[in-house]
Amino acid sequence: MTEMLQTVIVPSEKKPVRKENLFWQVLTGVVESKAALVGLIVCVVILLLAVFAPWVVPQDPYNLATLNILDSRLPPGSKGFSGGTYWLGTDGQGRDMISAMIYGLRTSLGVGLLSGVFAIVVGTTLGLLAAYRGGWVDAFIMRWVDLMLGFPAILVALILLAILGQGVDKVVLALVIVQWAFYARTVRGTALAERSKEYVEAARCLALGHRRILFRHLLPNCMPPIIVIAAVRVASAISAEATLSFLGLGVPITKPSLGLLIANGYKYLLSGSYWISFFPGFLLMVTIFSINIVGDRLREVLNPRLQEIKVSD
Amino acid sequence: MTVFIIRRLLQSLLVLIVVSVLVFVGVYAIGNPADILIPPDATQSEREAAIVALGLDRPLVVQYGVFLANAVRGDLGRSFVFNQPTIQLILQRMPATLELAFFALFISVFVGIPLGMLAGYYANTTFDRSVMTGSILGFSVPTFWMGMMLIMIFAVLLGWLPSTGRGETGEILGVKTSLATWNGIRHLILPAISLSLFKTSLVIRLTRAGMRETLPMDFVKFARAKGLKKNRIIFVHVFKNILIPIVTVVGMELGSLIAFGVVTETIFAWPGMGKLLIDSIYRLDRPVVVAWLMIVVMMFIVINLLVDLSYSLIDPRIRLQDVKA
Amino acid sequence: MNCAKETLVVEDLKTHFFTRMGVVKAVEGVTFHVDAGEVLGIAGESGSGKTVTAFSILKLVDPPGRIIGGKILFKGRDLLQADEESLRDLRGNRIAMIFQDPMMTLNPVLRIDTQMIETVLAHEKVSRRSAFERAREALGQVGIPSPEERLKAYPHQFSGGMRQRVAIATALLHKPDLVIADEPTTALDVTIQGQILYEMQKLCRETGTALIWITHDLAVIGGLADRVCIMYAGRVVESGPVDDVLDHPMHPYTRGLIGSVPSHNRRGQPLAQIPGMPPSLLHPPQGCTFRPRCGRALAMCETSPGMNRLPDGRELRCFNPHGLES
Repeated sequence: MTEMLQTVIVPSEKKPVRKENLFWQVLTGVVESKAALVGLIVCVVILLLAVFAPWVVPQDPYNLATLNILDSRLPPGSKGFSGGTYWLGTDGQGRDMISAMIYGLRTSLGVGLLSGVFAIVVGTTLGLLAAYRGGWVDAFIMRWVDLMLGFPAILVALILLAILGQGVDKVVLALVIVQWAFYARTVRGTALAERSKEYVEAARCLALGHRRILFRHLLPNCMPPIIVIAAVRVASAISAEATLSFLGLGVPITKPSLGLLIANGYKYLLSGSYWISFFPGFLLMVTIFSINIVGDRLREVLNPRLQEIKVSD
Repeated sequence: MTVFIIRRLLQSLLVLIVVSVLVFVGVYAIGNPADILIPPDATQSEREAAIVALGLDRPLVVQYGVFLANAVRGDLGRSFVFNQPTIQLILQRMPATLELAFFALFISVFVGIPLGMLAGYYANTTFDRSVMTGSILGFSVPTFWMGMMLIMIFAVLLGWLPSTGRGETGEILGVKTSLATWNGIRHLILPAISLSLFKTSLVIRLTRAGMRETLPMDFVKFARAKGLKKNRIIFVHVFKNILIPIVTVVGMELGSLIAFGVVTETIFAWPGMGKLLIDSIYRLDRPVVVAWLMIVVMMFIVINLLVDLSYSLIDPRIRLQDVKA
Repeated sequence: MNCAKETLVVEDLKTHFFTRMGVVKAVEGVTFHVDAGEVLGIAGESGSGKTVTAFSILKLVDPPGRIIGGKILFKGRDLLQADEESLRDLRGNRIAMIFQDPMMTLNPVLRIDTQMIETVLAHEKVSRRSAFERAREALGQVGIPSPEERLKAYPHQFSGGMRQRVAIATALLHKPDLVIADEPTTALDVTIQGQILYEMQKLCRETGTALIWITHDLAVIGGLADRVCIMYAGRVVESGPVDDVLDHPMHPYTRGLIGSVPSHNRRGQPLAQIPGMPPSLLHPPQGCTFRPRCGRALAMCETSPGMNRLPDGRELRCFNPHGLES
């Protein structure tokens, strides 16, 4: 009965955004820019490399049996002991750089994306809660947001990991703790603006449950700003993880990320074996750069269009 | 104006107290305080004696009180490794960190603002697009890798600049700083560039956005209708308007300079506070870590307050009415 | 052409905006003139091209807009051929402009005296002290009390009416030959409006300054101007001595404008309206631009009417105007 009433009463031009519509509009907007298109392609390639790592790499960098210490610190392009060519050289243990890098990419991307997803969930929930409930709930949550955002993420993560110790799960936790506030603040802002709009009032009049209003009505219209900052935040999470791992506070040696690989190469830097740090760092830079370029384009596409997108059905 | 200052001071005090509670809880309640404060190589009886002496067997609230009392008196513990008061250790290293941070700030302002203004003025040209893409690259490059690459190119390959360490110090206005000697400045260049890259990119983008927002405004058109010279319009009318958001963000990001300074100091073996922090974390010299936190939080609070004050100096609309902070 | 008498002659001015959606013909062949000491009113709805015309005279049209044709003769000299430096020299000096929104024409972060002194110094090499004196005098002339203190203040400390007076004072600093005022009193209270109108009129009579007053309010034009141009969709459709045009409008649009002012109707009667909407300047209608809304449209109105000059100084762009009867 309520379903029927809903389709009759809610004015159609204020219906919340449908997900498919948003996706295609965004995608076409992004590919319009050549730079963003290149960035998007690179991102996809990198993602595929990371996902299909075990099948792509020439050598398993963590199978000690396949490593030969005599192959260590070979410059790029050298021939190995057993005949294959190390196109990007080897590291201090004789590991093929390409293989190490791709696995490292896996960890870097994994940690960045995972922490991003959790941070979005936590931040969005808290942001919606703050906007919807208002009052002291809002004030309490926002004071925490202000506190978190007042200090540089790296420092907070650093101290957290110093206390918690090493481990992938701890890194993800620390990154979630420093990131959620960005999402919470953005979502709260958008949700507050949306809350006073007509379709929310209409839904309330129909006595739809709070949870339903929040998730099926408010949330889709908060998506555009979330997407915009998600790209930049994920890029910065990947960068942060790299920095933390470089300092030895991040992922353990058993699951190295690109940051840790760079750290491993640091001691060889001054003696000339630059490639051990250079290539992983270059790959890291390309990854972050591509995500940021796409994110920047997303911001341009989504911001002026925000009004348009809501009206279309 | 004074009401504004007093209100902000009170708020800052509140933040300081909250953070001190968090630090206290982090160190004394979650972690095993004994591990943090007593050197790990003490014998069992030494441990027990230390626990009593440090008051670790008393109720938490009392311990916090003691912690606060000590902190106010300026005693933030003693380093395990150096056996000196932590405050002394940190303050010794502060000048090195500050000169690096200021040099980086200097670069980001004097390179970032002009580039951003040019990009905003010649918007949508190839120049503008290159600068914008360059700025994205600037904040995408991981600071530590950038530092390493700078060392590799300019120190190892080209040999133009020293690779690590701080140079000789001299005195400017009674303060010992390596900005006073050419050797000192040579040592500062690479780390400062590495540290400033991120911030410079941000400043460029901010400035350009400010230009794009301000140039189409009516008062700019009116200035042209009055027959003012182009330079005056840009450097007086437009500039003062875009300065406001720049100052705000530059101030806020000052904290990140200190944060990333930690990384840069490690790479360049720069003897500042940041390197002390990392070394202390490795060496499990936790009293230093705790003290470091408290001091840095204080610094952030002071910086935020200064930024707010200067913000009201630049924008007369804020200065001349009571601000709800 | 009598160069000494005619301060400004605009001939067949065309300004188009080249947007992504097409060419917007904002000003499409506008011709008028203003003599020394004369007040010319330019009236029309929003979108009729009045403001773009004003900006075109000072060559302050920004991309995607561009002046693509016509002549703008200021004291005999074609401004459209002049270089940027000569134009800069004229602006604020011999030709001054007053904008519509007083909130935005003054820079909020600079003091009033800074903004007035720089206007003086941009065109004359005098000392700051004497520039300050001139500013103070100018403020006094437009009726601002205690100008010394006011000069040290910031724009946001002034009310709208005061800000507009400051803008007027700034415009008059160099005793220009021509002042272009674009709806300067629209955003103000009626009483302030009256004061400013009176002061402007007095100043022009005394100094021989030509004044172009742009507005959509016909009552203001009636009280202030000597002659009036009625603009519609980028063209002048009727012009002439103000009393003649307002009392005996001949163009159907002018008649509609005057008829739609509420005071003209007897109470209780439905308000007269011009049916329809102003045309899109992207795709203007074929022929006379007013044809779709005109009750007197003929078949020949599908071709563009030219400007007819009538013996009493009236100009009319219409094939089927009302007669001289009321």
